[in-house]
Amino acid sequence: MPPLPQLSLSGVVPFNWYLILSVILFALGVAGFLFRRNIITVFMSIELMLNAVNLTFISFSYKMNQNDGHIFSFFVMVVAAAEAAVGLAIILTVFKNRQTLEIDEVSSLKN
Amino acid sequence: MDAILFLLFAGVAVLCGINLVLQTHPISSALSLVGVMGALALIYLQLGGEFIAMAQLIVYAGAVMVLFVFVIMLLNEGKERKVHRKLWVRWAGAPLLFAFVAMMSAIVVRILPPSEGVTFGKMTQGTAQAVGTKLFTIYLLPFEVTSVLILIAIIGAIVLASKEVD
Amino acid sequence: MQLWLIPLLPLAGFLLNGVFGRKLSKPVVNAIAVGSVLLSFLWVLKTLNALGAFSGGLEEAYKEHYFTWIQSGTFNIGVDFAVDRLTAIWLMIVTGVGLLIHIYAVGYMAHESGYYRFFAYLNLFMFFMLVLVLGANYLLLFVGWEGVGLCSYLLIGFYFLEKFATDAGNKAFIVNRIGDFGFVLAVFLIGNHFKTLDFASVFAQVKTMPVEANIGWITAIGLLLLLGATGKSAQIPLYVWLPDAMAGPTPVSALIHAATMVTAGIYMIARSAELYLHSSMALDVVAIIGIATAFVAATIGLCQTDIKKVFAYSTVSQLGYMFVGLGTGAFSAGVWHVMTHAFFKALLFLGAGSVIHALSGEQDLRKMGGLAKKIPITCIVLFCAGVAIAGVPFTSGHYSKDAILEAAYLHAPWMYWIGVVTAGMTAFYVFRALFLCFFGEYRGDLQDSHGHDAHGHDAHGHDAHGHGGIHESPPVMWIPLAILALLSLGGGFINIPQYLEPMFKPVEGAPEWLGYIAIAVGLGGIGLAALFYLVSPAIPEALASTFATPYRWILNKYFVDEFYDATVVEPMIDGSRVFLWRVADARIVDGAVNGAGTVARSVGSLLRLAQSGYIRNYAAWVVGGSILVIAYMGLRGSF
Repeated sequence: MPPLPQLSLSGVVPFNWYLILSVILFALGVAGFLFRRNIITVFMSIELMLNAVNLTFISFSYKMNQNDGHIFSFFVMVVAAAEAAVGLAIILTVFKNRQTLEIDEVSSLKN
Repeated sequence: MDAILFLLFAGVAVLCGINLVLQTHPISSALSLVGVMGALALIYLQLGGEFIAMAQLIVYAGAVMVLFVFVIMLLNEGKERKVHRKLWVRWAGAPLLFAFVAMMSAIVVRILPPSEGVTFGKMTQGTAQAVGTKLFTIYLLPFEVTSVLILIAIIGAIVLASKEVD
Repeated sequence: MQLWLIPLLPLAGFLLNGVFGRKLSKPVVNAIAVGSVLLSFLWVLKTLNALGAFSGGLEEAYKEHYFTWIQSGTFNIGVDFAVDRLTAIWLMIVTGVGLLIHIYAVGYMAHESGYYRFFAYLNLFMFFMLVLVLGANYLLLFVGWEGVGLCSYLLIGFYFLEKFATDAGNKAFIVNRIGDFGFVLAVFLIGNHFKTLDFASVFAQVKTMPVEANIGWITAIGLLLLLGATGKSAQIPLYVWLPDAMAGPTPVSALIHAATMVTAGIYMIARSAELYLHSSMALDVVAIIGIATAFVAATIGLCQTDIKKVFAYSTVSQLGYMFVGLGTGAFSAGVWHVMTHAFFKALLFLGAGSVIHALSGEQDLRKMGGLAKKIPITCIVLFCAGVAIAGVPFTSGHYSKDAILEAAYLHAPWMYWIGVVTAGMTAFYVFRALFLCFFGEYRGDLQDSHGHDAHGHDAHGHDAHGHGGIHESPPVMWIPLAILALLSLGGGFINIPQYLEPMFKPVEGAPEWLGYIAIAVGLGGIGLAALFYLVSPAIPEALASTFATPYRWILNKYFVDEFYDATVVEPMIDGSRVFLWRVADARIVDGAVNGAGTVARSVGSLLRLAQSGYIRNYAAWVVGGSILVIAYMGLRGSF
């Protein structure tokens, strides 16, 4: 077990705490994705995962002192926005057809 | 000081995340997600990503989440129904996730020992000018491609959500 | 010298008659069939004359190479034809006697359906036989070997609407196949050891090798070649097809099963003389099989009632004599007997065919008799053949048989004595047949005024014969008989051993009294037959009832066919039906194929469970998989 970092009020935050925060948020996103049944909630969990990844990008960008990570993060946001638009449109269509938002009902490919 | 701020914002983010997972009504989850995004924006600021922090607040929290809220309210489904899950699924989920987090953290700590810290203000490349310069010179092609992507998404969304022609 | 014309002319006849024969008229079919063989015979004469075969030349083989058939590394087989003195003899026999038989068949088959088909097959047979004889390597010989077997099958089963004919054809082909198996193995061994199949090269190499005392490669090759020869030339143990082959038309019996095809084994052994001379054991086996076959077949021939069967067993017996000739080292004596046998055996068969033709299909000796006055020409020529086969002095058969018996005595005296007894039996049964047929009272069913339909055992099919009574054959049939009779009587003066001296050492040093004993025994056989069947016909019946059991055994051919049936054929059929069909095919093969399908289906239904249709299940699998990958990589420390 590596030694726990000293908590000092001098203000220096160990770098890997950011990554651990990213891991925790990602895990929460996975949990929401797997264990919630409302489609929109599942979608929001995906957004949470994307945010966690963004945090990782920004952290490493800080570490390397370059802003390429910011740009990647920017693109991630753009793509997430596009995906959200299309995904919500799909959800609307699914709701129109099945009158329900439960993810288990969307199972036409069942054996 | 930085540490306290970080812990504060990180705590907010985690709590909102847990709230997102645990709440039954989707609108509560959506608002929790907004909280997560706000906290994250502040953390980005601490890491020197000014432009990104603003973009997060404006685009992500301000547009995408509003879209989510619109759709939730449009569909107005209400709370999720409770479902009976198998025993081992109910009791295995949380420990498994905890194990996952622990494992990843161990790996992270092993690779990046807590040598250096983060101080506010050390990163200066995160300004809009710096990011913008790079975006429009080196990363011009991905920029244009994502514009096309957004265009396609718009068209897709319109087609999918339009009324059926009878 | 265009040797290729010799076999190709009959092949052209086969193609023309085979393809167009149905639409051509009978004279045209005749012209094509007989004409092609006639042209081939004339070309043989011209070629042999040009090579000096008739004037003391042709001491070395004359070879023509056409093209390379197989080339694999240093192993080279070309399509070569070669002519030496041995080949010359066979060429004359095959084309000459073949020509006579073709002419005879024009008359014999005049009323048969499938006329053109018969002549097409006959021409095809001539082609293959000539390829066999002209071939300059073992592979070409084998091509001819197989081809004559095929034609034999086609011609034996010529009356294919009769079951016994097709059965006989099958039997001939299958039994021949067993022999061919031995032949093929021998060819493989030759190719393996001598790295070539060409006669000249193989024999040149064998000459430099010592004579094998024990069983070695050369002995193995010799024995396997002998196995092939026993199949083709109807020796023990593979002779059983020849008597059944009498189901074919009589010209076929004469040409294929008396004069030419069955001598292919003799030719092959004579050709491989160099090999056999280097393995005394193989030669011994040849002689023993020959003498055994000669004796056994002669005993069976004593009691047969079908005229063609008598002559069939006689053929088997005479072939045994030829094998004795070869096996005792007197190769030229064996070859001499081939030639004389071709004359008198073909004559016997064709004459029998004449008798059958006269009697509208009757073949049973018990239903003949007193025909001497009605078909005199046939009677005369048949008696010419009879004296030749009995070895009466100055006939052709006498000289050749004498040569063989002398060689047998010098090799092993007991063979000579058995040979002499066999000669006596030969004379006896041939003259028995002739006396039963031509003398005494007519015992048959035919009225003299108009012809009955007495269908004989070869399904001669003289349905709408329409001729009146018992009549002599037309000239187209008895002229070849007459020519053959002259050859049977005078052919002995063609001194084959002297002719073949450059190739085979002649046998010398036999005592004088050997020949006299043989003559005496032959004449004694004739006398005994006259006694039994002319003077007092009651004697044979008395003998038959006294020695009932041996008589039954001989009459039933020693139950050899039944023995083969029980030990070989039935187990094979049973094995094939019970094991191979039901178990191997139905259960194993079908089971495997169906099983593959069943397994695929079960695997599929197993995998189908993964396609639950629930998105969250899929996601769970993804997460689980990625956790495993991360754990693995983390533990390995590859981060």
